[in-house]
Parts: sequence; structure tokens; C-alpha cells
Amino acid sequence: MSLKVVNRKSPEGNMSVDLRTTLGSLLLPTPVLTASGCAGSGKELSAFFDLSEIGAIVTKSIMQNPRSGRATPRMAETPSGMLNSIGLQGPGVEKFMNEDVPWLAQTGARIIVSIAGNSVEDFARTAARVRRAGDVVSAIEVNISCPNVSNRGLVFACDPISASEVIRAVRRSVGGLFPIFAKLSPDVTDIVSVAKSCVDAGATGLAMINTLLGLVIDTKTMRPKVAGITGGLSGPAIRPVGVRAVWQVHAALPKVPIIGMGGIMSGADAFEYILAGASAVSIGTATFHDPTAALRIQNELSNLLAERGFTALKEAIAYGHRAADEEVGQ
Amino acid sequence: MATASSPLQVRGEVISLKRVGEYYQMAIAAPGIAERAKPGQFVALAVGGEPTSMLLRRAFSIYAADERGVFGGTIEIVFARQGIGTKWLSQLPSHSSVDIVGPLGNPFPIPASPLKTLLIGGGYGSAPLFSLAEVLRTRGCRVEMFLGAATGERLFGIVEGRRAASQLTLVTEDGSVGLRGRVTDHLDELMTRTQTELIYACGPMGMLQAISVFAKERSVPAQCLVEEEMACGIGVCMTCVLPIRGDDGVIRMTRTCVAGPSFDGDTILWEEIGSIPSGTLGAEDLG
Repeated sequence: MSLKVVNRKSPEGNMSVDLRTTLGSLLLPTPVLTASGCAGSGKELSAFFDLSEIGAIVTKSIMQNPRSGRATPRMAETPSGMLNSIGLQGPGVEKFMNEDVPWLAQTGARIIVSIAGNSVEDFARTAARVRRAGDVVSAIEVNISCPNVSNRGLVFACDPISASEVIRAVRRSVGGLFPIFAKLSPDVTDIVSVAKSCVDAGATGLAMINTLLGLVIDTKTMRPKVAGITGGLSGPAIRPVGVRAVWQVHAALPKVPIIGMGGIMSGADAFEYILAGASAVSIGTATFHDPTAALRIQNELSNLLAERGFTALKEAIAYGHRAADEEVGQ
Repeated sequence: MATASSPLQVRGEVISLKRVGEYYQMAIAAPGIAERAKPGQFVALAVGGEPTSMLLRRAFSIYAADERGVFGGTIEIVFARQGIGTKWLSQLPSHSSVDIVGPLGNPFPIPASPLKTLLIGGGYGSAPLFSLAEVLRTRGCRVEMFLGAATGERLFGIVEGRRAASQLTLVTEDGSVGLRGRVTDHLDELMTRTQTELIYACGPMGMLQAISVFAKERSVPAQCLVEEEMACGIGVCMTCVLPIRGDDGVIRMTRTCVAGPSFDGDTILWEEIGSIPSGTLGAEDLG
């Protein structure tokens, strides 16, 4: 690794930081994205900020057919977090591609479509339908790690072989170099081995982490709080888990672009992920708390990068991994 | 895209907070939100200060909106101290800053012709009914109001109700104030006497269900303002859904925040709340 020469002093004046980032062949103007499932298909958030101002909108994971999702209650607040059990409610890929994506495209936002499936074939068919839209869609996130499925054995990301089968099928389905990102679960013994098998199967990069499987019991009713019994835990409570996962995978696969997420509430939180090795970050639960979170975090990140003496985001990616004697320009 | 009726996110200021029976009534200077608010809409407040360990916004019906308050546009909400979020709100000193998003959801639909209306509120669920009464009266509707609660302390808006409605009826389960019993025990008599043509109701889900069923038997439409747990209030989290039958006959898990919060009671599958009714769009594909 080459030495990074960084001016550690705060820059004078309004120096703007170059926020551009690359994820494989995908060039984005900023590294701040929404997280799938936390921004719908963008329409609701557009009342609060211009969607084209952030890096990209990652849409709610879409499946082949319409899906009702789970019964209510679907949510429980937890300390610095929340447990959700939505169950991938959605209109199905056909309606989504015909209605939601064209609307989002005319806002000028870059679009990353998240897909989910019950089987390898499901993923492949849904990916093919998304790809048919052409360049309107910038990339596909392959959500192989949603915990809200009835059979936990079907969480593809919990097994390197299942994960690679899905990614290989999606890669075949979309062809060539179209960027696809495998969304990984932290609920595994060795996330690096799952990451490796996804990359070997053709993933451009990795999106991590999905929620952690959790359970909340209501002490008044003395039953699980959400109808799905278990749910996915998100929010700042899980941030150290996400940062650790990004760190480990970046250390093992330094050339593979990572979209880091899990509990990012501020620019400093996003910066942690960048330092751990993420080339971009996704804002999820923070949006429920603050509808303008993504844009606010982007501004905070830019200011913080400038404060730490970086002129470009790219200089900061994985900077946390530098050797002890790599401090230069202090 | 942001439009003139889009919700806003503003930094509000607590103007006043007072105990009203078992509830709290809070006035918040919220410039822009008060000017846009219509009866039946709600606001979503961030709680716990900054940073907070309570990430989910708390949603409250707008009780009153005054475009020209002393401190600029002001909205008022009513809440019960039920959990850690509302406990935090109940302890906020005057002039505290609160992050507030609104107005959210759709206003109550207002009939095109003057009708005899009955407004029913359970507990502090009555909060959005007083501003509704004003609008209905300006449209020439007759407004009867019926407020019920477990005890007198849990009735909200007796004074406001006397002012807003041509006639106010009260009912408490313990009989301490007004009639004894539940709202639905006296609904038959009240509807007959007032020749009700349209009901608006807001309160606990059980009460709304009972009113809805009762009104349907008499072919009177009932607009029910529902309260499902929400995480965001703006339509992205998908937690506040109810099984609702659309105009096309299809049952969908429908977001109450953006499609509601008030619905024709007849379209809600009350018995099936807490399950996915068979025939719901996409139910067969649930893995």
C-alpha cells in the first residue's frame, strides 16, 4: 500500500471535498446512498430533499410477484435501534419497473434496484426484468440476507454455497460487467468466506450489513412483540458490528468495493465505515428518525473529511487500516 | 417533489404544556406546518433530544392549528403518558426545541352537501374532531358530538365540544360523567334521535370496529381515523399497515400513514387485523 500524504491541518476557506466514488464500473458523485427498505421507491422522501443530490437511491427489495408482507405488529423500538418484521411487502417487479422506476428516473436520481427471491430462479428472473430497463438502473443489489423469511435455512447469505449460486445466476442473467452487489448478513460465523464466494461467483462488490436477527418480548402480553416473532435489528445499536464486518472483508478483499451500512446516524458514523474500507455508505433506519438524514449525513461527512485534511473521499477509504508508521504530514 | 401541500420538517418550539385530566396538551410553534394543516392530519415528533436512543417518531393527531399564533404558526397536540417517548415529551420545559414533521396523512373527507353528522371520540382520540366540527359547520352540516371514556378524567374536550357541536353527549364506563356505559351502548338511540347521515370516529381500535359494524347495519358511512404503530409517519417504513379493501375489491396491506389515517370503516377488515387475510394481494407468495 502506498503512503497517503495527508495534510492533517484543517484547510483554510471553503475548500470543497471531491466526494466522487467508484463501485466497479459505477461512478457516483457522492458515496451516500439510501439503504434498501428504508426509502421505499424514493417518492415519499422526494418531499424532503432533491433525490439527485445524494449518490443513489437504493430501492426496497423487489420480488418477482406482489407480496403482502407479514401481519402486524411489524415493529418494536429497542435501545438505539428497532426490530422490524415487514416481510418484503411489495408490488412485484413488473409493476415496480413500469411505475416506480420511471418516476424515480425523471427526478435525475441514480437508481440501484434491490432484488430478493425465494429461489435461485426467482433472483435470476427478477434480475433479468430489471436489466431489461437498460441504463435507467445503475446497479442491482442482490438481497440474499433478509432475515424476515419463514425458513431461516433459506437465508442464502448464511451459506457460502447458496450465496454463490444466487450471485452466479444473477450474473448470468444480467451479463457482462453490469454492477451487482451482494447484500450480506452479519449472522454468520465467517463473513469473509461468504464475501469471497460471492465475489468468485461474479459479484462486483458487497453491501453490508443487513439487519441482525433479534427478538423482543412484550412483558405485558408476555408474547413476542412482532407478529413474525423474530425480526431484523437495525439502528446505531448494531453499528460496531457493521464496521467490524466491513473492516474484516476489506482486509481480506482489498480490491472489492464495499457499500457499508448499519446504524449510520451522522457524518462521523459514515466516516467510520469509510475508514474501515467502505467506498460508499447506505443510510437506513436514520431516515425513519429524520427524513433528510441522507443529505444531512452527506454534508456532515464532507465537512468532516475537510476537517481531517482530505481533499477527496477516495483518499480516506480504508485509511483506518494504515500501518502505525504511515502517519505522514502531521 | 415538494409541493405546497407537502409535509415539512421544522424545528418547533414548545410554547405551552398543560395537564388536562389524564392527558397532556402541548402547543408547539411550528412555522409552515400550522399554515398547511387540515383536520384529520397528524404530525410526527422526534423524542429524546439529540442524540437519542429512541429512534422512532411519535405520531399525534393535530388537535388545533393556528396560523396566526403569538409565536407564529402554532399547532397543538394531545397525548397520554404511555411510554418512554411520551414521558420525555411530558417533561419538556417551555421553549424547548422539538423536531417536528407535518402535516402528514390526508385530511378528513368533507361531504359535498350539508349532512347530519355525528362525531365520536374515545378518550383523547377526540382531539382531531374539534377542528373538523368547525369545518363541517361552515359547510352547513349539523354537528353532533359524542365523547366517551373509561372515566371522567379520561374524557377529552368537554368545553371544546360544547362550543364546537350543536349538541354534546358524554358517556363514561364508570358513570362518573354523563351516561353510563360504552359509546356503542348508546349509539342506537343517539343515531335515531339525531338522524345521523355520516359518522366520524376516532379512538381505540375496538371502539372504531364496533362503530363501523353498527353504522354499516344502518347503511350510514363511518369515517374512522385509525391509530396503528408507526416508525416514520411518512410512508417509507411499512409498519403501519392494515388490511383494507380497495375500490377495485382487492385487499391490500395498506399504509395508514399515507393512505389514511382516516378510512371508510367498511373498507377495513377489522376482524383480520393482526393477520394477513386470505385473498390479500401477494399473500400466496409469502415464503
